[in-house]
Amino acid sequence: MKLIFERSRPGVRCGLLPPCDVPKALPAAPLRSCPPRLPEVAEIDISRHYTALAKEAHGVNDGFYPLGSCTMKYNPRINEEMAALPGFTGLHPLQPVETIQGALEVLCMAERLLCEITGMDAMSFQPAAGAQGEFAGLLLIKAYHASRQDTVRKKILVPDAAHGTNPASAAMAGYDVVSIPSNERGCVDLDALRAAAGPDTAGLMLTNPNTVGLFDENILEITNIIHDAGGLCYYDGANLNAVMGIVRPGDMGFDVVHLNLHKTFSTPHGCGGPGAGPVGCRQFLAPFLPGEQAVEQGGGFTLEQSTASIGRVKLFYGNFLVVVRALSYLLSLGREGIPEAAQNAVLNANYLMTLLQDRFDIAFSKGVMHEFVITLEHEKKRTGVTAMDIAKAMLDYGIHPPTMYFPLIVHEALMVEPTETEGRAALDEAARILHEILDRAQSDPAALHSAPQTTCVGRPDEVGAARTPRLRYSFPAAQ
Amino acid sequence: MGGYIPSSPDERGGMLQAVGVSSVEALFSQIPAAVRAGTLDLPEGLSELEVRRRLEALAAKNQVFRSVFRGAGAYRHYIPAIVRGVTAKEEFLTAYTPYQAEISQGILQSIFEYQTMICELTGMDVSNASVYDGASAAAEAAAMCRDRKRQRILISAAVHPQVIETVQTYAFGAGVPVEQIPLRDGRTDPDALRAALAPDVCCVLQQQPNFFGLIEEVRAEAVHAAGAKLILSVNPISLGLLETPAGQGADIAVGEGQPLGMPLAFGGPYLGFMACTKALMRRLPGRIVGETADARGNRAFVLTLQAREQHIRREKASSNICSNQALCALTAAAYLSAMGPGGLREAAEQCAAKAQYAAGRLCEIKGVSLAYAPPFFHEFVTRLPVTPDAVLAALEAEGILGGLPVDGGILWCVTELCSKAQIDEMVGVVREVCET
Repeated sequence: MKLIFERSRPGVRCGLLPPCDVPKALPAAPLRSCPPRLPEVAEIDISRHYTALAKEAHGVNDGFYPLGSCTMKYNPRINEEMAALPGFTGLHPLQPVETIQGALEVLCMAERLLCEITGMDAMSFQPAAGAQGEFAGLLLIKAYHASRQDTVRKKILVPDAAHGTNPASAAMAGYDVVSIPSNERGCVDLDALRAAAGPDTAGLMLTNPNTVGLFDENILEITNIIHDAGGLCYYDGANLNAVMGIVRPGDMGFDVVHLNLHKTFSTPHGCGGPGAGPVGCRQFLAPFLPGEQAVEQGGGFTLEQSTASIGRVKLFYGNFLVVVRALSYLLSLGREGIPEAAQNAVLNANYLMTLLQDRFDIAFSKGVMHEFVITLEHEKKRTGVTAMDIAKAMLDYGIHPPTMYFPLIVHEALMVEPTETEGRAALDEAARILHEILDRAQSDPAALHSAPQTTCVGRPDEVGAARTPRLRYSFPAAQ
Repeated sequence: MGGYIPSSPDERGGMLQAVGVSSVEALFSQIPAAVRAGTLDLPEGLSELEVRRRLEALAAKNQVFRSVFRGAGAYRHYIPAIVRGVTAKEEFLTAYTPYQAEISQGILQSIFEYQTMICELTGMDVSNASVYDGASAAAEAAAMCRDRKRQRILISAAVHPQVIETVQTYAFGAGVPVEQIPLRDGRTDPDALRAALAPDVCCVLQQQPNFFGLIEEVRAEAVHAAGAKLILSVNPISLGLLETPAGQGADIAVGEGQPLGMPLAFGGPYLGFMACTKALMRRLPGRIVGETADARGNRAFVLTLQAREQHIRREKASSNICSNQALCALTAAAYLSAMGPGGLREAAEQCAAKAQYAAGRLCEIKGVSLAYAPPFFHEFVTRLPVTPDAVLAALEAEGILGGLPVDGGILWCVTELCSKAQIDEMVGVVREVCET
């Protein structure tokens, strides 16, 4: 398909602005010597271009999207309409506080509801994404230890099955990362944890249910080991969808959490953002929260920043319109709807696993919650067909593949998270397709190596892309 | 009440049977009773109509000003209708990061086009697929420049205060020092900058135009001579007119992309853009899209240079960032396509002309004067004979959001959206407060 620059024709433009109604006056400063080569196109060119690009994209509304650990649930339309209300979109972030009472109430309501769901006491909406929430949460831990003049705690413990962001965030927060092995059940190895926890432990980062989809039943013992060593416990909210309304991180012994509003609370992923990664904490950490907090005061709302705050991680108050969408969702689901979503997410995962497990190996099948991990290690040995081949074959059936090659502790992994917003028929169809692909893998493995066949491009040359990076359009030489 | 579960009760019953459990509760049996939550203290779920009424009522409690003369990091510009038409497309709205290139070519190509546009705007060689916002972009850029010997970050005191705070927070994490370069007459003091350029300085961060709207004289040679990198935080609309960061000698250009088609939205979501020289390419954080080909020789786009990233490198990654603000990057690309080179220049020229007109009119008022000498782009600070609060309250009563109170006066912003009549009206209100 043509690039937008290849649709450009000199002199074409959209008529957007009226003529300037004051005298022209350029600043007495160096001006750019040549204009940026932006496309010169008409509105219909733009419209057709992006309509064509949209046809080569796959969103949740295009079909089943069981991308493990990403919680690709349906994004309700009402949330979009509420986030587009001019009373929200038209607000300058630095308006006088009496003119933003509704916006501050949105933040306070969302904070109260999400604190109740997580068992935390306070929450900041500043972090823009899960990774930034992790970073902010770790800085809370760092600030807490520093406030107690406890300066020897240099280590963050992270299970080997964790998301890559956990160790990367810990490193950004200035910590050394200690990897804790998983046991044969895919959960935290308690002996290894005991051996690693000590006076130099700043904290532990954990997600529960973990990345193989299991709820770690030793969770209270785990958080006790860390607390006994003087460390704090950080809950990665990536997998909260499995247990929201059923068990709360605060009650499991966690001191800090981050949430992914774009996963658990149904705000759209937008091809990779914007999301929101609010960070919540117990009361003793609240003074360290980043940025200003919306607070209720004397019948109204205002903004406050604690003097002990770690500072801000972002401009203003975070991705506010994402919080509006999440609030709309929270109000829709309410007391009964929140646990019901979790129950159906877990039911869907178990049902799909049941349909598959007679022929696919499941890495840890006992007690699976909202997602499960298929391992194609045997299949690869037997037929040469890899997890990548199976995933690419799914593209020909209009299904987005599961997360590939994660977690790292499972070989040839495909991590499947159906979410609660898929119906039985979609799960039955997905299972049928996976069985069909497996049949093909066994009868004609060579064909699967060249999947997909029906997409607009085949497998791209990734090695070549990294070796000879072409990261921008090369304009033809001027005539 | 609302819920988005498509299975019928019968279907759910059948699924439970297939799984081999009598109730959904049995699927949660491994959760110890000691940690189970009872019924949560949440309100009952609402119907869609009730949710709509609740949120509309909340939105109605806010005041949206009909005239806005406040910027300070968030700028109101005209948003062409086609921009929302593009970003509302559900394929873009509801997709995840384009991990599966074969069904994500549309997304990958749109990011590749965005990267090209950012390179064109800034004059830099390489752009990433965007980061959270202008503040985190600045903090990430500073982290790119650090090595074992050079850790100290110099930041001009004329950078947006919230950007300075964000850089400080990231530096607190990394345990590295941040030093502010003081100002002289609203601009970075060149003597103080030279004096601060010690051998442990990794970078100098300046904003162009700076927080007070002033165009700075950037001294790249001095920074480079001291072995440090120059990071410029720039306003993207100004780049329709003003010298590019590359032309000013920057190693890294960052900025807040919100002016490129995003509404004020009470501060977010916004867009952080980041571009750098080729030499720094492999230190750039975040997603990057590259052009390649498939086995049949078709042009194809992929996420590339992933060896920098957290899912491969874990604690050794250049950053923990794994998302970008793709939908905001798409917004910016659609905006820049609609504006084109001529439209962007027109918007920038109108901003500059209207800001100069407004400044001139305000300075006709007795006791009002510019706090700092020009040149400025579309923001400027005036001194006043009365308190800023008195002026701003009078404007607010007329539905006009005046400038931001800053040390010594008010920081005004005028964009192409402010008509001459609106500027004259604003000046009239200020005159009345100042001269009576």
